[in-house]
Amino acid sequence: MPKLQSAAALEDYRAQVLSARDPARPSIAVCAGAACGGLDSAAVAAAFSTAIEKQAAAAKLDFRVTGCHGFCNKGPNVIVGPGDICYFEVKPEDAAEIVACTLKGEVIERLVYQHPVTGEKAVHMSEVPFYKHQMRILIGDIPKIDPMRITDYLAVGGYSALAKALSKMTPVEVLDEVKKANLRGRGGGGFPAGLKWETTRNAPEKTKYVIVNGHEGESAAFMDRAMLTGNPHKVLEGLIIGAYAIGAQQGYIYTRHDSPQMALHIQAALAQAADYGLLGKNILGSGFDFTVELHYDVGIFVSGESSALMRSIEGHAPEPRPKYIRTSVSGIWDKPSNLNNVETWANVPEIINRGADWFTSIGSEKSKGTKLVSLSGHVANSGVIEVPMGMPLRTIVFDIGGGVPGGKAPKAIHFGGAMGGSIPISLIDAPLDFDGMAKLGAPIGAGGLLVMDEDTDMVEVARYLLDFLVKESCGKCVPCREGMYQMLKILTNIKEGRGRKFDLERLADLTEVTSLGSLCALGKTSSDPLKSMLRYFKDEYEARIAAGAAAGGLAT
Amino acid sequence: MTDLVLQIDGKDVSVPAGTTVLQAARQAGIPIPTLCHHEQLEDYGGCRLCMVEVESRGRKNHVVSCLYPVEKGLVVRTRTETVDKIRRVIIEELMAHAPDAPELKRLAEEYGADRNRFEKESSFCVLCGLCVRYCAEVKQKHAVGFIENGPKREISFIPEIAAKECWDCQECFAICPTSYAQAAYFLTEALAFPGRRKAGATSA
Repeated sequence: MPKLQSAAALEDYRAQVLSARDPARPSIAVCAGAACGGLDSAAVAAAFSTAIEKQAAAAKLDFRVTGCHGFCNKGPNVIVGPGDICYFEVKPEDAAEIVACTLKGEVIERLVYQHPVTGEKAVHMSEVPFYKHQMRILIGDIPKIDPMRITDYLAVGGYSALAKALSKMTPVEVLDEVKKANLRGRGGGGFPAGLKWETTRNAPEKTKYVIVNGHEGESAAFMDRAMLTGNPHKVLEGLIIGAYAIGAQQGYIYTRHDSPQMALHIQAALAQAADYGLLGKNILGSGFDFTVELHYDVGIFVSGESSALMRSIEGHAPEPRPKYIRTSVSGIWDKPSNLNNVETWANVPEIINRGADWFTSIGSEKSKGTKLVSLSGHVANSGVIEVPMGMPLRTIVFDIGGGVPGGKAPKAIHFGGAMGGSIPISLIDAPLDFDGMAKLGAPIGAGGLLVMDEDTDMVEVARYLLDFLVKESCGKCVPCREGMYQMLKILTNIKEGRGRKFDLERLADLTEVTSLGSLCALGKTSSDPLKSMLRYFKDEYEARIAAGAAAGGLAT
Repeated sequence: MTDLVLQIDGKDVSVPAGTTVLQAARQAGIPIPTLCHHEQLEDYGGCRLCMVEVESRGRKNHVVSCLYPVEKGLVVRTRTETVDKIRRVIIEELMAHAPDAPELKRLAEEYGADRNRFEKESSFCVLCGLCVRYCAEVKQKHAVGFIENGPKREISFIPEIAAKECWDCQECFAICPTSYAQAAYFLTEALAFPGRRKAGATSA
C-alpha cells in the first residue's frame, strides 16, 4: 500500500489497480444494505462463497458484498456483471446456480424482474422499471464497490476530483465552482452550499471545522445511510475538497451510534484514506493538512439539528441553541463550522470533476442536480432512488414506484418525514423541486417520500408523526415540549371519537405558536404535517369530530 | 463600548452594544414577561415568554428578547397581536401543569389566558430550569438536574449530592416560580436520606 505523494502518483496507482482488473470478467455483487441485510443477505453471501469455492470459480469471477443497490422490497438483491443483470429475492439455495450460469454467461429467468400486472420480464438494470427512470450519479457506483476496499473506489475514478482540486485549482476556484453549480443543501433546508462555505471561509477565526451530518433520523428516510454505508469514500472525498475550499483543518463525520455496519465502513474508509495519504499531513503533496474524526450521537433525533449536533461534538447534551449567530460563523467551540448533509458532500466530487455547467444542466430552474429519495409506503416498488430534480412526482410514484399495489388508488403523497407535509394526489404532477414543494406544504426535507393509498386515515398520519416527534423533543423550550404534546393529545382524542368542536381552533393556535415560538427547527417545523392536513384534508378532520359526537362522544 | 440606538415600542432607546433586547427594554421601563430569566444566570431561552417582534433591514422576525443582541436601528415591538398570542398560548400550556402558580395566574390575567384551555396534567413544574441552572452556575454544586426529554422531562435532585449540599443552601426554593423545587427536594430527602431533619442541622 503506497502513501501517495502527488496527484500523478494517485493516477499511476489507479492505472495499476485497473490493469489488474478486466471489465469483461464476470462479477457477482450481493447487496448487504439495511433492507437486504434484514432479509438475511448475509446467508446469501455465505452461500455464494461456498458455491464459488465448490465450483473453483474464484479465479474466473469477482465476488463482492456491497452497499445498498436500491430496490429494497425485492431483496436480497444480486447484480451480475457484465451487463448488470438483476436478480431479485435471491435465496441461499440459488447461489450455486447463479455462479454456474454466470460462468456460462446465461441468465436465470426465474430470478429476473417480472412486472406484477403485465408479467413482462426485465433482465438488465437498464430495463428494470424501478431503475430505468433514475439518474444514478451518486449511488450508481455502489453495486461496483466493496465499501471496505478503497481500491474499488479508486477503480471507479475515486479521489480524482480531490487530486484535481488540490493540484489544479485554488481553494477559491473550488468554492466558485460549487457556488456556480448552485448546489443546494440536501439535508432539508435547501440553502446554497457554496454560500455557506463562503461564510465559513470568510469568518475571521483561523480554526475552522467542516462536518458531515450523517445523523439521518427523519421518518421514512434511509438514503443517507445507503450512501454513507455503500460508498463512504465518495462522501469523504467531498468533505476533503470542501475543507480545502473553506480552509478547515479538522472535519467530523457525525452519525448514528446504532448502525454498526455504517460505523465500520466509515472507520475503514478513514483509516485507508489516511494510509494512502488522502488524509493527514500534506495531502497528495499539496501542503494541505486535514484530519477527520468520526463522532456518534447519543440516540436522539434532535442530534441532527445543526446546533445540537455541534453541542454534541463538544461533549455536551445535544440541546439546540438559538442561532442568532450562524454556526457557519460560530459553531463548534465557537469556531466557524460548516455543516452539510451526506448527500450534499457526495455531490462535490462530481461537480469538481464534471464542472458546474454539467451540474446545472440537470434539474429544474432553481433546484439543480439529482436528489436521493427514499421511496416507501403504499407503493409497489420501494427503496432508495436517485432522480433528476424537476422530475414530476407522477414519474416517481408510478413509473419508478410502480403505483399503489392491490388495485387501490393513491390518496396522498407525504414528503419530508415527521417535519414534512402531505399533499393530495391531485397534485401529483408537481415537479420535485425545493421551492415548489415547500410552497405546496410538502417540503422535500431530506428526501423521504411516502405514498399513501385511499384507505389511509389522515388523522392517524398526523398523530403518528407527532407521536414520534414528541418523544424526540429535547424538552428545553415550552412551545415545542408542551405544544406538540397538546397537539398529540387532541389528535388522539379526535381519532378515538372524543374530538370536540373547538379542537380545530385549538390546533390552529398550537400549530401557529409552536412554529413561531420554538427554539430550533424541530419545534418550528413539527406542526408542518398537521398544517398540511388542515390545508388539504380538513374535511376529514371535521367529519371525524362530528362522527365522534354522533356516536356519543364529547363533541359539543 | 459605544452606545447604539434602537427603537422599542416607538421609543428610542440608547444602550451599549452587546446588550440584549430584554435588558434594553427593561432599562427603558418597558416590561417583558419572563419565567426562565434570572439576572445571575446565563440566558437560556427556554420559556419563550419574552418573545418579541423585531424588524431589521425590512425583515420581521419573532425572537426571544433575552438572547437577541441589540443592533443599530433595530425596531422592536413587544405587544403585537401575534406576540400576545404566543404568550397567551404558552401561559395556557404551562397552566395545564401548574394552574395555581401565582406568577402564571398574574400573567394569565394580563394576557387573557384560559387556565382550562388544555387538559390538565398537574406536575407543578414548568421546567424553567432556574433551580438547575442556579445550582450549576451560581452554587456550582449540580445537586439538581434535568432527567428525560420532551414532555417526560423533569427536574431531579441527585441524592448523593443533595444529602451533602442542600441542607445549608436551599436557595433554589425562593427562585422557583411554582414551589416545585422545594417539593422535589423534600421528596428526595424523604426517600434517600430520611432522619436528617430529626437530627437537626447541627450534626452533619
